[in-house]
Amino acid sequence: MAEPALSIRGLTKVYGNGFEALKGIDLDVAQGDFYALLGPNGAGKSTTLGVVCSLVQKTAGQVSIFGIDIDTDFARAKYHLGVVPQEFNFNQFEKVIDIVLAQAGYYGMSRREAVPRARQLLSDLGLWDKRNGSARMLSGGMKRRLMIARALMHRPRLLILDEPTAGVDIELRRSMWEYMRHINEVEGTTIILTTHYLEEAESLCRHVGIINNGHIVRDTSVRDLLAELNTETFLLDLAHPVEQMPEVPGFDIRQVDEAQLSVLVQRGQRLNDVFSGLSEQGIQVMSMRNSANRLEEMFVSMVEEQADANHNTEASA
Amino acid sequence: MNATQTAIALWTLVVKEIKRFTRIWPQTLLPPSITMAMYFIIFGNLIGSRIGEMDGYTYMDFIVPGLIMMSVITNSYSNVASSFFSNKFQRSVEEMMVSPMPNWVILAGFIMGGMARGLGVGLIVTVVSLFFSQVEVAHPMLTLCVVVLTAALFATGGFINALLGKKFDDISIVPTFVLTPLTYLGGVFYSISLLPDFWQGVSMLNPILYMVNVFRYGFLGVSDIPVGWALAAILGFIVVLFGIALWMLENGKGIRS
Repeated sequence: MAEPALSIRGLTKVYGNGFEALKGIDLDVAQGDFYALLGPNGAGKSTTLGVVCSLVQKTAGQVSIFGIDIDTDFARAKYHLGVVPQEFNFNQFEKVIDIVLAQAGYYGMSRREAVPRARQLLSDLGLWDKRNGSARMLSGGMKRRLMIARALMHRPRLLILDEPTAGVDIELRRSMWEYMRHINEVEGTTIILTTHYLEEAESLCRHVGIINNGHIVRDTSVRDLLAELNTETFLLDLAHPVEQMPEVPGFDIRQVDEAQLSVLVQRGQRLNDVFSGLSEQGIQVMSMRNSANRLEEMFVSMVEEQADANHNTEASA
Repeated sequence: MNATQTAIALWTLVVKEIKRFTRIWPQTLLPPSITMAMYFIIFGNLIGSRIGEMDGYTYMDFIVPGLIMMSVITNSYSNVASSFFSNKFQRSVEEMMVSPMPNWVILAGFIMGGMARGLGVGLIVTVVSLFFSQVEVAHPMLTLCVVVLTAALFATGGFINALLGKKFDDISIVPTFVLTPLTYLGGVFYSISLLPDFWQGVSMLNPILYMVNVFRYGFLGVSDIPVGWALAAILGFIVVLFGIALWMLENGKGIRS
């Protein structure tokens, strides 16, 4: 069986001020996977990835990248690793082409090898025309793409993307998704993604880990996670405005405005029963959509459950 | 990394550093040239002509080696301190930290970049000095050796300063309050033989005195202190500071949380 692209065992991190950011994390990411690491702010996502990238020193635990223990041969492990951090971390005054070529040089790539690679990546990411300009002149989206190009220069087998589409407009985000899918599916690069756009994780990733308060609270496939969703909220656009809020027995219906209703559907309930009930009252539904991202609902409820559990534990202690 | 890859990584870093300070030459190369020209005109020419000889040489000839060395020291130091601290501040140091580049390569790359600026400015100041003095080098190899070692030493010091610095003010404190006074009191403008015995003894504790004097010996063939001692002191300081800087890098001091 192939070694996992990333294997983490018992990872803990206690910062100098005593804050325990990671409390014994175990995590495996299979080769070729597209994995989402989700969690609220301060949950430990960036600390976990920081340890993997050598930007944060772990307190205890083991981390292996393609079977290479970072404690014994971090340099060899780093060859397999590409990192796109959350914040811009390049010299804004350097030329775009110099930034990617320097990164290749740090990995020992010769210029003969690096120049065509830079041309290919910058072209693929729509930056080739900007190559001789200063990086600070790029737009926010272009800077994010520059960091992706830089991370891919040495052809890493594992790419870590820490909120790669934060602050990027919808059109560009979609094109970045396409590119990420391409490098995962066509080039076989394992990708670990952290994001606050849960729609992004649902759309791109096959597996998901949810981290909260320094613990991994779930590590499963996106499909299995969504199957656990007990309720879904749908928005119904009506053909004609209604003056009074309709009632359908067994369903929690709320009026959003004159021509829109929201319906909470429990697992096991049939949406057809809502349509029938409304139809009997002369109300015609023109279109329907999810009111919120499904994964988001699951994520919020999971985090809330854990917060309640922590609160109860503290109260009983 | 194998030897070729390591060499490529080191070369990349050195070239990057040289490009950085040459890109901003009006901030890095021009000001020291103008300042030193002022020193030559005011101290060497106008005031120096009234001072007469120092250690058997005209005052202008006496201060030329010291002023060259002062430029090398301040520029080697400030180049690395400001460049590495900027890398920390902009977080572009992470580019290097996530790469497989060994820490000694990162350290050597920045030191060599600092040396390049220090020696470059030293060369410019030497050329400027030719307008005011007939520079003759009594011991060329020794002169070259001393100036290269001194540049390496202060570039290493600048690296440690940048690692320890938390804000931009922190990288100007040492040059302003430590390096400049030590350089001025390190025999650049006078021979310590002019001082009373007590202050001569105090001056011997100033490491910059050794560098200035052995450099002056390379140029003029005169020195206040034994040349062998001076070289040994410079080498000793380099070994100690390089070791400290490498240990700090290995342990992530100032760059890893």
